[in-house]
Amino acid sequence: MTDANLRSRAAAHAVAIEMRDVHKWFGRFHVLRGIDLNVSRGERIVVCGPSGSGKSTLIRCINRLETHQRGTIVVDGRELTDDTKRTDEIRRDVGMVFQHFNLFPHLTVLENCTLSPIWTLGKSQKAATEMAMHFLRRVRIPEQAHKYPLQLSGGQQQRVAIARALCMSPKIMLFDEPTSALDPEMVKEVLDTMVSLAKDGMTMICVTHEMGFAREVADRVAFIDNGEFVEINNPEEFFAHPKHERTKLFLSQILR
Amino acid sequence: MATPRRAFVRSEFSPSLAPPLSVGGPFGWVRANLFNSALSSILTLASIAFILWITPGLVRWLLIDAVWSAPDGDACRAPGSGACWAYVRAKITFFTYGAYPRDALWRVDVTLAMGAALAVWLLWPDWPRKGVAAILFFAIYPHVAFILLHGMGDGSRAVVNAAAGVFNSEALRDFARDGIPIIGTHLWGGIFVSLLVATVGIVVSLPMGVLLALGRQSTAPFIRFFCIVLIEVVRGVPLITVLFMANTMLPLFVPDAWTPDRLLRPLIGVALFASVYMAEVVRGGLQAVPRGQLEGAMALGLTQSRMMRLIVLPQALTIVIPGIVNSFIALFKDTTLVAIVGVFDFLRAIDTQRLDPAWNGPTISTTGYAFAAMFYFVFCFAMSRYSLMMERRLAHGRKR
Repeated sequence: MTDANLRSRAAAHAVAIEMRDVHKWFGRFHVLRGIDLNVSRGERIVVCGPSGSGKSTLIRCINRLETHQRGTIVVDGRELTDDTKRTDEIRRDVGMVFQHFNLFPHLTVLENCTLSPIWTLGKSQKAATEMAMHFLRRVRIPEQAHKYPLQLSGGQQQRVAIARALCMSPKIMLFDEPTSALDPEMVKEVLDTMVSLAKDGMTMICVTHEMGFAREVADRVAFIDNGEFVEINNPEEFFAHPKHERTKLFLSQILR
Repeated sequence: MATPRRAFVRSEFSPSLAPPLSVGGPFGWVRANLFNSALSSILTLASIAFILWITPGLVRWLLIDAVWSAPDGDACRAPGSGACWAYVRAKITFFTYGAYPRDALWRVDVTLAMGAALAVWLLWPDWPRKGVAAILFFAIYPHVAFILLHGMGDGSRAVVNAAAGVFNSEALRDFARDGIPIIGTHLWGGIFVSLLVATVGIVVSLPMGVLLALGRQSTAPFIRFFCIVLIEVVRGVPLITVLFMANTMLPLFVPDAWTPDRLLRPLIGVALFASVYMAEVVRGGLQAVPRGQLEGAMALGLTQSRMMRLIVLPQALTIVIPGIVNSFIALFKDTTLVAIVGVFDFLRAIDTQRLDPAWNGPTISTTGYAFAAMFYFVFCFAMSRYSLMMERRLAHGRKR
């Protein structure tokens, strides 16, 4: 094996995200209580848990939409600190898809996708447009490029949001309940996009209750309650033989 | 298993039918909007009666009985005569330019024409190269306007002289020697001063308002404190007081040589006053932008300032277009208050001329004020319609 090969294999197994004893408070409310998590490159992790358990806060800490107050978070070898410049750099490498899409309604679909590549990556208008069209084709809505987000269905908007994140060529993708705000008919089109992304080897952390998706693509499923991980396991074991009482109860409530 | 008896499968879909007459069509509209209840019917009839009662007298006074041309006030003094438009025609130069020297009126005309052309270029939605228009209007035009209206001081002569040296042009050298004679602001007046005060107020207040609104939300305590104090103090004081303060207190704070011109002082006062109101309007818009928009922008790695400029402000300003234009309209009419500190604006020009013995008569004052009302209405109504048009054009951000 050549050196380059060795290096790339080493990189492939390198740690993408490392969280050590992360604590977070909202006022007096202790949301995250000592989160430890290592995510390898190319790993897909599904995080689930009851509402208010801290799962959204957890992934929002990874791109510092929330600041943690104790512990360390290292993303792609860089620790998250108060340094806003470094935070902006990390955010460029970490794509995020939100429950409510958060597309920019005053810009067209295409402008949504090209905005940050042009302004923060310094791409030319032409290069950014080509890239945006590539990813819009990939999420199968290139024909909507010149519409405004609110003219699209929820499912289409969420696919645009995914394309917008991909246009930054992120190393890691975070999904914060991407299908929770969608009409039932539109859940599948978004999940299909996420599955294809996972098959391409994208490092993903998904907060979702789509257990079918978790079974299909997750390397590990993590159950969080009260700001702590209760159980983390591969999906086969997690769904077939949950160990903790709390996990069993949760699964019995969402699966039928 | 037996087939359930109540099973049903549709074989064809029903076509959509035209609505009944009571819903669509003019008859339906009248019924739904004018006579949909007893109270509404009474109000409709009362309004029609009021319009019938008021219109004939108004039309007769403004148009039919009006005196359209006359050499002096005699015809207007005849009993039963209506508006004396002849008086307005005779005084229109004074109403427009005040006491500005009559042989230099072209300077005002050129300035106004350039301003109007640039404003239309800037405001007409489909015209290209807004960036060029903005640079011309905000950076170049104020200097040109100042030189044209006020004249060339030693500074601008020196600039032209230098240019003459560079281009080796005899014409420019002559121009630098003769220059444009200075016309002091004590001679300025009329519509053009009103437009000047309003334009400066509008052009300064929007960017200043945005800066103050952003400053008020700043995380830096001193900036926030300064903005809050400025906004609350100026907003808590009547415009007349601000004008008096600008007029009498500014000279106390700055050295004599720098004492601002008597027209500049109320200009600063008006711009300051308009800015703090604008700041509060813009703040309302900033608060109406959902937090998710900020998060979406941050997650893409946009810096704070780009997030504000590209994502937050465009949406915030679109939301508050009605409020912004409301402020502009209020400001446009408030410019009449500068008369109190001795600036000879349009309304004051009308006010002084109605006592002219050549024209004095029972209808003169009313005619003058009616003319002023029409002038202000035309401008304010135009602003209002423009804002409605822009709201509709920018509505894709909110409408399905």
